Amino acid sequence: MDRPLIAIEDLRIRFPGAHRSNDAVRGISFTIGREKVGIVGESGSGKSLTGRAILKLTPNSARITARRMEFDGIDLLSASERQMRSIRGNRISMILQDPKFSLNPLMRVGNQIIEAYRLHHRVDVGEAKRRALAMLEAVHIREPERVFRQFPHEVSGGMGQRIMIAMMLIPEPDLIIADEPTSALDVTVRRQVLSILDELLTRRGTGLMFISHDLNLVADFCDRVLVMYAGRIMEDIPARDLHKAQHPYTRALLDSLPRLDHPVDELKIPSRDPAWLLEDTADEGAVA
Amino acid sequence: MKDSTDNLIETRALSVTFGEGASANRVVNEVSFHIVRGEAYGLIGESGCGKSTILQALVGLNTAYDGAILYDGQEVPHRREKSFFRKVQMVFQDPYASLHPRKIVHQVLLEPLRIHGFDQHEERISAVLDAVGLGRDFRYRYPHELSGGQRQRVAIARALIIEPETLLLDEPTSALDVSVQAEILNLLKKLRRERKLTYLMVTHDLAVVTHICGRVGMMNQGEIIEELSADEIRDLRAVKDYTRVFLAASIGSRASRSISQEVLPL
Ligand SMILES: Nc1ncnc2c1ncn2[C@@H]1O[C@H](COP(=O)(O)OP(=O)(O)OP(=O)(O)O)[C@@H](O)[C@H]1O
Ligand SMILES: Nc1ncnc2c1ncn2[C@@H]1O[C@H](COP(=O)(O)OP(=O)(O)OP(=O)(O)O)[C@@H](O)[C@H]1O
Ligand SMILES: [Mg+2]
Ligand SMILES: [Mg+2]
Repeated sequence: MDRPLIAIEDLRIRFPGAHRSNDAVRGISFTIGREKVGIVGESGSGKSLTGRAILKLTPNSARITARRMEFDGIDLLSASERQMRSIRGNRISMILQDPKFSLNPLMRVGNQIIEAYRLHHRVDVGEAKRRALAMLEAVHIREPERVFRQFPHEVSGGMGQRIMIAMMLIPEPDLIIADEPTSALDVTVRRQVLSILDELLTRRGTGLMFISHDLNLVADFCDRVLVMYAGRIMEDIPARDLHKAQHPYTRALLDSLPRLDHPVDELKIPSRDPAWLLEDTADEGAVA
Repeated sequence: MKDSTDNLIETRALSVTFGEGASANRVVNEVSFHIVRGEAYGLIGESGCGKSTILQALVGLNTAYDGAILYDGQEVPHRREKSFFRKVQMVFQDPYASLHPRKIVHQVLLEPLRIHGFDQHEERISAVLDAVGLGRDFRYRYPHELSGGQRQRVAIARALIIEPETLLLDEPTSALDVSVQAEILNLLKKLRRERKLTYLMVTHDLAVVTHICGRVGMMNQGEIIEELSADEIRDLRAVKDYTRVFLAASIGSRASRSISQEVLPL
């Protein structure tokens, strides 16, 4: 179908340093349509930075370059801060990896949801409250009335994540970037929350960039998976084929999972091949 | 007085209540359990059932609990002494909140060494960074210059550096990708084998909990409703209906099964 929501070519993110620069993202290209794209890969491989770069929320010290970086035809590289604010507020929602940090610590959870809701919908406080409670219920929070009155530090890890998921659905965005949104949820709750998310995405044709280290989850939930290693994309494959992945790094990831049905004394650890850093394009300054 | 048993950690009717009067909410309800020295004990249960709250009471972060906590056979005062933290360290669920934003990794690791009077600072810092798979360059980074998984590894390094005998681990690997998770889990196993460490680990990943822990407490609404061995979890041999449903749901969902399992006829 028509043009993708996100089109990125040769994205690079560098942290210049006095002694040596740190090349965190080293020339990646991908697109995201109205589909669910999972991003998996090594800790520190640049998953979160890539997500933040789309919203131009990377740290000031980061140098970002790309041949192309577009959202729905809008050139993000040349977009003004004002344009970006409107994109962030209305068209792309992001759940950060540190959910509780994105909530205001001094404001009760309920008031924050009401405020966010009223920013996007013309309703009075009473109605916003009713909808906000319904949203907490939708993400399976027990006793939403009580959680409503709590401060962020008073909710459990998994509750914080579900509050963030509820909040990010409020603006009815075109694209959701979710960075480890369910890592603190037990399997049952996670499945319930994901099925709600899935339903909303499908109904509204929303695109999803789903950053996660949970390979099984991503294979199950997403349509397509990007596998990252050291600032590059190693593999871009349909989610249902993840178990047939060819790249040795992806295979190694799959093999390093502990398994309930097959206890082992020691888990396999991927051996990293320096050649993965050099693959395809000539890459200046690749090995810092 | 000292108990004759080998229990390193024990709670007797441990309860934690937040709020007062009408809004009082008892989130841990008379929990009694024990962990033998050298044992790895797991806590599982739905989000919000009180797992982190138990760990916070054990480590002395929350002093407002009822009941008793015993360490090495002796009841510990609600306000812990320094010597307690020399023996017991905790890794928190949220790696973002647990590191001081203005301290570089080197300072984060140096402080506990100073507080507890260790020597050979540089050697110890290098060794522990190696152990958690972070290169020496990471020493001079601030937390905001680290990815989520790198922060969690710093938090684990900080707990390990003073060589405690007990580790309280709250979802220690849920922020880690699977390859780093494998390294950390192998490290935890090795440390337990070599140094006889004792673990209390909270996780929602049954494959992780059975990999590390021999005995697991199933929690529901602030109570440990039953204890199971790792094998009992694998075989879904639970006594309580709630546990059976919880385990079956966790295992039954495709998302918790191994992918390779679906293709390899094992
Ligand atoms: N402000 C910064 N200054 C220097 N380096 C940084 C900064 N922010 C991030 N980095 C580095 O960039 C790399 C990519 O970070 P990123 O947060 O994108 O990793 P990630 O793939 O999300 O990892 P994780 O799974 O652990 O969250 C990491 O090596 C990190 O240390
Ligand atoms: N400081 C606090 N004030 C009030 N209520 C609190 C506080 N800390 C925790 N709670 C409540 O106690 C209950 C248990 O929280 P806890 O953090 O122990 O859950 P958990 O089992 O660790 O869950 P998760 O798996 O989601 O991390 C929750 O309902 C939570 O809202
Ligand atoms: Mg990240
Ligand atoms: Mg918790």
